[in-house]
Formats: sequence, C-alpha cells, structure tokens
Amino acid sequence: MSPTIRIRIQAEVFDTESETALLTEGRRDVGASVAFTGWCRDEGGTLKALTLEHYPGMAEAEITRIAEEAARRWELSGITAIHRHGRILPGEKIVLVVAAARHRQAAFEAASFLMDYLKTRAPFWKKEERIDGTEGGWVEAKESDDAAAERWENGESSE
Amino acid sequence: MSLDLRYFAWVRERVGTAEETVEPPAGVTTIGELIAWLARRDEGYAAAFEVPEVIRTARDHEHVEHDAPIEGAREIAFFPPMTGG
Repeated sequence: MSPTIRIRIQAEVFDTESETALLTEGRRDVGASVAFTGWCRDEGGTLKALTLEHYPGMAEAEITRIAEEAARRWELSGITAIHRHGRILPGEKIVLVVAAARHRQAAFEAASFLMDYLKTRAPFWKKEERIDGTEGGWVEAKESDDAAAERWENGESSE
Repeated sequence: MSLDLRYFAWVRERVGTAEETVEPPAGVTTIGELIAWLARRDEGYAAAFEVPEVIRTARDHEHVEHDAPIEGAREIAFFPPMTGG
C-alpha cells in the first residue's frame, strides 16, 4: 500500500508532536516513526535572523518527488515534510520530516534520505541578517550536503 | 516564442527582477544558450550569469541541466545551489 504523503510549505511554526500523531492515529500497523526537526542556529552570537526564499509551486512539487522516491525505496506507512519560508529567528524550527513505518530501520533511513535530498534539491535559499545590522548575505551551499545526498545514489540502504 | 522566466536569491538580486517574459531569438534553443543570451542584456544580467556553471535551472518546476531544450517550456527558472533544510 502506498504511504500517506503530506507536504506543506508555510510561514507558520509547526508542531512536531501533532504532525507525528497524524501519521499514526487510527492505524495499528505503524511500529516506528522518526521525526527530524531542523532549527535555525546562530553561530558565534552574530545571527539576528534568516530569511528563507523559496520557489512556490516547484518547492511543493520537488519535495513531493523526493517523498515519492523514498516511498519507492522503503516500506513506509506515511511521510510528512513541512518547510517554512520567510523570516526565521535563531531557536525557531525551519523544517520537519516525519517518516512512519512498520519497522524502525525504514523510518530512520527514509527520514535521513528525505533530509539529504531536501537540502540539495528543494528550491529554498537562506539569507542571513546580522545582529550588528549588516546584511550577512546568502548562505553558500555546502559540499558536505552534496556528498550526503550522493551516498544514496550508490544504493546505500539496508533494504 | 514567449517564455516566462523566474529568478531567485542572488540571481534575482543581480538581475534586478523576480520574473519577466522574454522572446528569445530563433538561435536560442537550450537553457545554456538562453543563459548566454541573457548575460549579454546588461551589467546586472552579466553579473548574475558571470559563472554559468554555478547556475541551477528548472524547466516547468523540474530540475534540468543546461543542455535541456527550451522548446515547449512555459517557465524557466534560474537560481544558485539550494540552501534549504
């Protein structure tokens, strides 16, 4: 059976607990859920805020394609991915991925895969605002994120 | 052929607009050729497309490489490597 896929792009804060509950309520076949939350992190006390720009339409479409790929690779009962846009302060949540499955390994791996692909393929861009009032500029993409996504292309998965 | 273009992040800032509709000349058939044509428009476009290899592109909301054709596309988007998550 194909898993329930929920994708949302929103400015509002989300609640991890209630999103996880949505994937499990009314079901008796879910044995594991893994929820990953990405937070806005300040390094060295200089970040005032991040502004996340996104490509409306493509953001939803691309994350849906990533979730569908995860559903092909692992036996999952549900996937939820929520990505915020707009101005986000250090200590606030940015992104949520929840994977629910019969067994934990699929849930762990799918959540990890979803985040690795989301970081390199979902059309979002972070711009920094500094505490001293200067514009920190656009965050640069990391090669380590590309490497993390590429490891899934070599079929590195236990299933 | 009329084509809708979208720009994001620093590509948008350098170009100076988020979206526009263009009529590329007949010789422009791929996204790579479209980038070269846009880069000749003015200083802002030249700055945005100074290093074409770093520019990521999407055709009708799907990632594509620079050798993808523009024929039949409704919307082409240009942006830097993504930094979401």
